[in-house]
Amino acid sequence: MSPEPRHQALLSVRGLGVFRPGPGGEVAALRDIDLDLQPQECLGIVGESGCGKTQLLHALMGLQSGNVRLAGSVRFRGEELLGASAQRLALVRGRRLALVFQDALSALNPYLRIATQMTEGARAQLGLSRRAAWQRAATLLESLQIDAPARRLRQYPHELSGGMRQRVLIAMALMCEPDVLLLDEPTTALDVTVQAQVLAVLRELRARSGVAMIFVTHDLGVLAAIADRVAVMYAGRIVEQAAAAHLYATPRHPYTAGLLHSMPRLDTPLDTRLSTIPGQPPRSGATSTGCAFAPRCPLAHERCTQLPVLRCADNQFPANGTVACHYDGPAQGLREIWP
Amino acid sequence: MARFLLRRLLSALPTLLVIATLAFALLHLTPGGPFDSDRTLVAQIQRAIEARYHLDEPVWRQYLRYLNDLAHGDLGPSFTYRDTSVNQIIAQGLPIDLAIGGCAIGFALLVGGAIGLGAASRPGSLRDRLPMTLAMIGISVPSFVIAPLLILIFAMRLHWLPSGDWVGGSWRHLLLPSLALALPYTAFIARIVRASALDVMGNAHIRTARAKGLGDTAVLLRHALRPTLMPLVSYLGPALASVLTGSIVIEQVFGLPGVGRFFIGGALNRDYTLVMGLTLLYGALIIVGNFVVDLCYAWLDPRVRLNR
Ligand SMILES: Nc1ncnc2c1ncn2[C@@H]1O[C@H](COP(=O)(O)OP(=O)(O)OP(=O)(O)O)[C@@H](O)[C@H]1O
Ligand code: SF4
Ligand SMILES: [Mg+2]
Repeated sequence: MSPEPRHQALLSVRGLGVFRPGPGGEVAALRDIDLDLQPQECLGIVGESGCGKTQLLHALMGLQSGNVRLAGSVRFRGEELLGASAQRLALVRGRRLALVFQDALSALNPYLRIATQMTEGARAQLGLSRRAAWQRAATLLESLQIDAPARRLRQYPHELSGGMRQRVLIAMALMCEPDVLLLDEPTTALDVTVQAQVLAVLRELRARSGVAMIFVTHDLGVLAAIADRVAVMYAGRIVEQAAAAHLYATPRHPYTAGLLHSMPRLDTPLDTRLSTIPGQPPRSGATSTGCAFAPRCPLAHERCTQLPVLRCADNQFPANGTVACHYDGPAQGLREIWP
Repeated sequence: MARFLLRRLLSALPTLLVIATLAFALLHLTPGGPFDSDRTLVAQIQRAIEARYHLDEPVWRQYLRYLNDLAHGDLGPSFTYRDTSVNQIIAQGLPIDLAIGGCAIGFALLVGGAIGLGAASRPGSLRDRLPMTLAMIGISVPSFVIAPLLILIFAMRLHWLPSGDWVGGSWRHLLLPSLALALPYTAFIARIVRASALDVMGNAHIRTARAKGLGDTAVLLRHALRPTLMPLVSYLGPALASVLTGSIVIEQVFGLPGVGRFFIGGALNRDYTLVMGLTLLYGALIIVGNFVVDLCYAWLDPRVRLNR
């Protein structure tokens, strides 16, 4: 049923599910997630708040909190990470997979200097000396356009601005030169100029070191600037996945079309109100009964009470991507369904 | 830092003045005087005694005289213990109180902290539920119930430790009183540390530490320990104060010659200077305790600045 992992994939996720005990039985935060990340690739993940993007990144690193049951498989270079021993995971974390957390203020330890927090990983993982690790931290901060890095390193998180903290978090994730960088809304908390700077730095980093990335955001506009491929999430599932250029040009899922439609564009007249998709995403997590998007979908029809499975978006060009939707009319028509 | 210390020291003075004034006023408002007793003294002798302690002067003059002595570090002569000054009583009794109070707090911190951390490491397990149930009982049972129980078990049944009969005094006489004083605090601290540790382990920055591939020990010691201790620090201020009052009771039960029993005796006998002196002493100790707590805060948390 699930596609076979392409053997060169760096990171390969199959049927990943995250389940929490709820009052009326288990609630699934994520269900049936299939992803492949190729070396040097940047995969964008987009979706509304609460659709499970953060849960997904945490589950990839085995960092899920609380009483959680995981299902499926997460392989890094063929090695299974789900259910791996603490020792194995410790070797992978930071060094193979590094995560840039969403909320920089709470992700940093308020009691420790930036230098301590940035260097401890590299010292433990790579056996760097205090001095060498400090030097590397300073260089990374500088490359992220933080001035006076030596002074910043001696400061505490509360002494830094929000934008600086976010960049410290990015630099911290780069300390061990990871193979995969997981970024959880790394630019959302930043103002537009800093956002552009950070994106430029990340692009430059890719060009220089070839690090693979999973870039999570709720902003398709940001992804256009960096992602090779985009996966769209809705209510704990991936509903569409395609090469970035393809997805922006011809979305195959009504939800993707809606997200694109609500994106501000340069040629949008200033006085038009930006449209949003009417309605709210479901609060109950990922279900298995029908299409979760049906209550908001203009194309919903009787078949939508059955779960749409991911299928090739375009039978003639299977590489163009996958989509989970029962609509099989012409893709061009999807743009017009949103007012 | 030096300026902060000086400022705190100076700001303690008005507090102590208020305490002295209130104590003075309350004592003088209480009916009866130090030398009224069932035996009626010959009026002449009574007057002579009152003159010796300046009790025949107007109250405001007594007040000023008292403040003047205070400024010179003299708490005055005791009325009931002839030829003994309040300073001497404190010098003799206070070391005993500090010893059992210090032992009790130290014990409570070490044992309570360890139990709390152990419980938090396996929430819901026997290691968690058994000590926490005991702790709940420990909090609810007051010292004056625990103390006789300890005497019954360790002194009268097992004959391991002396229960009282303080003569000359050895450290063994201080063990049971310290333990009796410590148990409720141990229980409370165990619960605080458990709750705090569980809370901290769910913090986002602990997840960040894990994401770096740090081992459990590094995560616990470097990232979890300090925030876990913060609620304990805030609890310690009030705890220090209540250890002092708690030791008054414990001293009675174990017959220890600390300052606590003088406090009670002084109050019953209207020994003005003794009661005022000890009230000031307790006040000063509480101020010092809070000061130490503030210093601990600033030392533990870089976000706290010492410039208020
Ligand atoms: N510890 C938890 N316990 C229970 N439910 C949780 C927990 N953490 C997250 N959830 C739920 O899981 C769902 C997915 O949350 P997640 O944080 O992954 O969303 P997100 O896509 O990252 O959203 P955002 O864009 O706001 O960051 C949410 O509905 C949330 O309420
Ligand atoms: S499956 Fe049906 S309801 Fe769901 S997105 Fe497609 S058309 Fe809309
Ligand atoms: Mg999130």
